[in-house]
Amino acid sequence: MDGALIIAKGIHKSYPIGRGKRHPAVKDVSLELYKGETLALVGESGCGKSTLARILMRLTEADSGEIYFDGDQISGLAGRDFRPYRRRMQMVFQDPASSLDPRMKVKDIIAEPLKTWHIFDNKAEILERVKELLDMVELKESALERYPHQFSGGQKQRIGIARAIALEPELLVCDESVSALDVSVQAQILNLLKKLKGELGLSCLFISHDLSVVNFIADRVCVMRGGMLCETAETEELYANPRHEYTKYLLSSIPVVPGMQGA
Amino acid sequence: MGMNDFWKLCIKNKSVTVPAIIIVSIMLLAVFAPMITQYDETRQDLLMRLVPPQSGHIFGTDELGRDVFTRILYGTRISLSIALFPTAIAVAVGTALGILSAYFGKWADFAIMRLADIMLSIPGMLLAMVVLYTFGGSLSSVYIALVLMEWGSVARVTRAAAEGILENDYVLAARAMGVRGYAIIFRHILPNLIPSIIVLFTVNIPSSILAESALSFLGIGIQPPKVSLGLMAGTSKQFLFQMPWLSLAPAGMIMLLSLSFNFLGDALRDVLDPKRRAV
Repeated sequence: MDGALIIAKGIHKSYPIGRGKRHPAVKDVSLELYKGETLALVGESGCGKSTLARILMRLTEADSGEIYFDGDQISGLAGRDFRPYRRRMQMVFQDPASSLDPRMKVKDIIAEPLKTWHIFDNKAEILERVKELLDMVELKESALERYPHQFSGGQKQRIGIARAIALEPELLVCDESVSALDVSVQAQILNLLKKLKGELGLSCLFISHDLSVVNFIADRVCVMRGGMLCETAETEELYANPRHEYTKYLLSSIPVVPGMQGA
Repeated sequence: MGMNDFWKLCIKNKSVTVPAIIIVSIMLLAVFAPMITQYDETRQDLLMRLVPPQSGHIFGTDELGRDVFTRILYGTRISLSIALFPTAIAVAVGTALGILSAYFGKWADFAIMRLADIMLSIPGMLLAMVVLYTFGGSLSSVYIALVLMEWGSVARVTRAAAEGILENDYVLAARAMGVRGYAIIFRHILPNLIPSIIVLFTVNIPSSILAESALSFLGIGIQPPKVSLGLMAGTSKQFLFQMPWLSLAPAGMIMLLSLSFNFLGDALRDVLDPKRRAV
């Protein structure tokens, strides 16, 4: 791990809830994501972890705070100045059904980022790259001409991952990317993400509410509650020796099958 | 879905082909009217007034001895042009404004939607009458009246549909990968709106036909010597009980056209919805 890819300092974000009141979604969050690591952001639903991820990707604007990407301040950059950073960070979404346009063929879905950034000059090269990406996410070439509704949830998520890595980003944000899937499919997707991370040298921000999933994939964990970070630690350290009360509570709520040791 | 797949599915589907064949046949009859009938739609034959249906005059003649079948063919031309052009313009304008409203939100949304509310708060027929009295009862003022009547509801429906589309993660994904606004509109919003647009278009066609018929029936739409289906039904209402074919023939044509477009709209919506299609 050499240096920080993302540094966030004092991020605040609140949403209006009517009658002039505002609900704080993210309160004074600072974190660092080092190059090559997988940082997990855990917490219950509504604790602000997705909002934080979107702020880091500048899909939502923070009220205050600073964000640095690879040493450059990206918070406050105008649209045109920020654009070069766009392709360096990509996202895999929670709901595989709504994250793929139902009217586009798989080849067009995966080709969209390539076309947007004019990475290739002609269609043949784009198709070649799309096939390569399909192979990387372990889908067959027959998927090219099909529509998203013809695939299972796990397969759709693979298509979403292929789209996200098409631009060879440095940062991959996975927003609850396996929580909509069956447990066995979760494992396949997690293994795929781990494999791709190794092959592509990705850094990964992994958002989840599931501590056993996090234990499998993350190097470090940030525990979030009510918009604030309450504990950041190495994964093994956190599981072996949780310091914050809330972390202990979360760990104690992992279901345990009687007769089995640990997760 | 590619256009080839779309055509294949349409051809296989009877609930698309049957109304489509009816509509195309009516269009052909209207376009080739001069070759189908030997009469002229305005030529009067005072010796042959109000004759009942018979060979040579399959729907009889009217009070001035004009052949009713011929007049229906020519009237259908006007009714079809009114069905297609102003409806297409209203749907295009309404869709564009609805998408802009949903995409930009804020003041653009406010301005467009309040304007639509104002147009919708005026009863359609009243609005049409104002336009027709101001610009006179010509074909182009009927067009203007129908566009003004219909764009507002189209804008409202497409805005709601576009807002629903914008909430999908694939739009967020597009933003995250740096797709620009116009490309999001044309690549993601518009294609996903097509089923709604087709349904709006086909639902508005019968209401355009009916609105024109009503205006002409009241005598403020299409003016003689031009002939439209509504105008024929209107002028022949005094003979309704003695010579019902005079009213029933144009009314039947209005009904056939309206129903065919309605059924076609429903069937196309089913074909265009990928989730309802058999895989």
